[in-house]
Amino acid sequence: MAILELKNVTIRFGGLVAVNDVNLTVEKGTIQALIGPNGAGKSTLFNLITGIYQPTSGSIHFKERSVNGTPTYKIAAAGIGRTFQNIRLFTDLTVLDNILIGAHSRGRWNLAGALMKFTPWVRKEEGKLLNLAKECLQMVDLSYRAFELSGNLPYGEQRRLEIARALALQPDLLLLDEPAAGMNPQEKAELMAMVQRIRATGITVFLVEHDMKFVMGISDRIAVLDYGEKIAEGSPEEIRRNPKVIEAYLGKGAADAHA
Amino acid sequence: MGDFLQLLTGSINPYYLQIIVNIGIGIILALGLNVITGLTGQLSLGHAAFMSIGAFTSALLTIKLGMPFFANLALTGFITAGVAALIGLPILRLTGDYLAICTLGFAEIVKVVFLNLEITNKALGLTVPSAITAVPMPIVVWLVVVVSIICVTFIHSSRFGRALMAVRGDEIAAEAMGINVTLYKVQSFAIGAFLAGVGGGLYAHFMGYINPSDFGFLKSVDILSMIVLGGLGSITGSVIGASILSAAPEFLRFMASYRMLVYGGLLVCMMIFRPNGLMGGLNFTSLVLRTLGRKPHMKTVMDQKTAKTSES
Ligand SMILES: Nc1ncnc2c1ncn2[C@@H]1O[C@H](COP(=O)(O)OP(=O)(O)O)[C@@H](O)[C@H]1O
Ligand SMILES: [Mg+2]
Repeated sequence: MAILELKNVTIRFGGLVAVNDVNLTVEKGTIQALIGPNGAGKSTLFNLITGIYQPTSGSIHFKERSVNGTPTYKIAAAGIGRTFQNIRLFTDLTVLDNILIGAHSRGRWNLAGALMKFTPWVRKEEGKLLNLAKECLQMVDLSYRAFELSGNLPYGEQRRLEIARALALQPDLLLLDEPAAGMNPQEKAELMAMVQRIRATGITVFLVEHDMKFVMGISDRIAVLDYGEKIAEGSPEEIRRNPKVIEAYLGKGAADAHA
Repeated sequence: MGDFLQLLTGSINPYYLQIIVNIGIGIILALGLNVITGLTGQLSLGHAAFMSIGAFTSALLTIKLGMPFFANLALTGFITAGVAALIGLPILRLTGDYLAICTLGFAEIVKVVFLNLEITNKALGLTVPSAITAVPMPIVVWLVVVVSIICVTFIHSSRFGRALMAVRGDEIAAEAMGINVTLYKVQSFAIGAFLAGVGGGLYAHFMGYINPSDFGFLKSVDILSMIVLGGLGSITGSVIGASILSAAPEFLRFMASYRMLVYGGLLVCMMIFRPNGLMGGLNFTSLVLRTLGRKPHMKTVMDQKTAKTSES
């Protein structure tokens, strides 16, 4: 069953067609990758899915419901968590507070709750959110950092914290935009295991990544974007051998030599 | 009890009493603006306009309807918050400088409107009868101060407050976490305005006379300076900043016309030596806990988990 379905999605920025007539489905429970050269439109596609941009034409369905025109915060609450290519943490807050903010849509008490902080109902909810936050921190091995300012964390940990923050949303679909960027080989290996653990909890993962070893090792399916167009889709094996993909990455000559 | 308090406040030199009340009202205003600017990150240059709306609303509720004072204050707060929500809805979509300019313009409009309305007695201003309260006015003011501090402290450490801080940190990330950014900005604006309105109501009844020009741009800058001096986002900072800047003009009075100069110099020094404000990055509770060698509550909660992971 498809958890996410894009039909003929196009977005223009002035004269530039950043995403061009893309059809794509992500199956529930899988790890799907999206690859392509820089500027191919991968991050733009994530921004379209999360409602940060609206498509010029085409439609996007999440869990069989159209999300066209739905504001970002509603899409998030409906079950799409995400990270950003250029990390967007709340750097002046602690690691724990970052995660608790991620858990926002799992709580209900608003201003009234703030003013009735010590009533059992509000305390119960805070306790629930705190437990959820702890679980998410453990998932990415960051419990020992809970009270540090997130901005003081080293780069690799910041990337992991962003994943934990997205997990606190208890999403059905998790979008990761270049999660391994800037990580050393050991961190990448840990991250791979982490993503597999996340999938094992029933969360569908859709990720953009440049590291081929990472992508090939972890993905069930891979889609390839080039100049905003989807040029290929298939299993890691199929993608590895696809001449169009080789051409997009290495240039025309390389593709010929390969064939 | 009432008589005793009356006697107590009566025994204080009226001049000092006025300073004490000014400080209290300053704290209420600073706490409100600190929710908008410090906690939510929305720069407002027109906070005095909400004080003005509160002052005139409250005065008119007393003059025209003879409303009991506490009901009057509560209603004034809600009316001011309502006005803030109405103007906040369109202008809070703007960010940074544009928002600041809009709040500035709004404040000027409020002033001009009150200067021309018959009911607010135009440029002559309103004489406000003193409030009939069980306890003397200075005590009422400080009761409101205490309640405000408690409420704002609760807001800071709640799901609601975290959402406001998320908006301050990164609007796009906040939206991606399921936070309705516009709604939270409007609510934050309304809370700040509520406190400003109540502060204005207290001011009107304590002073006995209000004029739209009392709540001009300089007043807004005054309130902003309080929270910048204290440290944006810090409640303790707002209290300290408001106390210093509400009292400073009085203590610098002997320098007459130079006192604004000293005041400005003070702020410049601040910016150089403590750019995050006196209490920037600190808060009172954690400071006390640290000196006592105790860990904050949440930390102990997390410690068990932490121990486990570091073993593995
Ligand atoms: N908000 C925007 N306004 C104009 N152009 C944009 C905007 N966002 C992305 N683009 C352009 O769209 C193209 C795709 O960008 P992006 O999706 O970031 O690529 P990548 O595949 O590397 O993530 C780039 O040429 C980029 O400059
Ligand atoms: Mg990108």
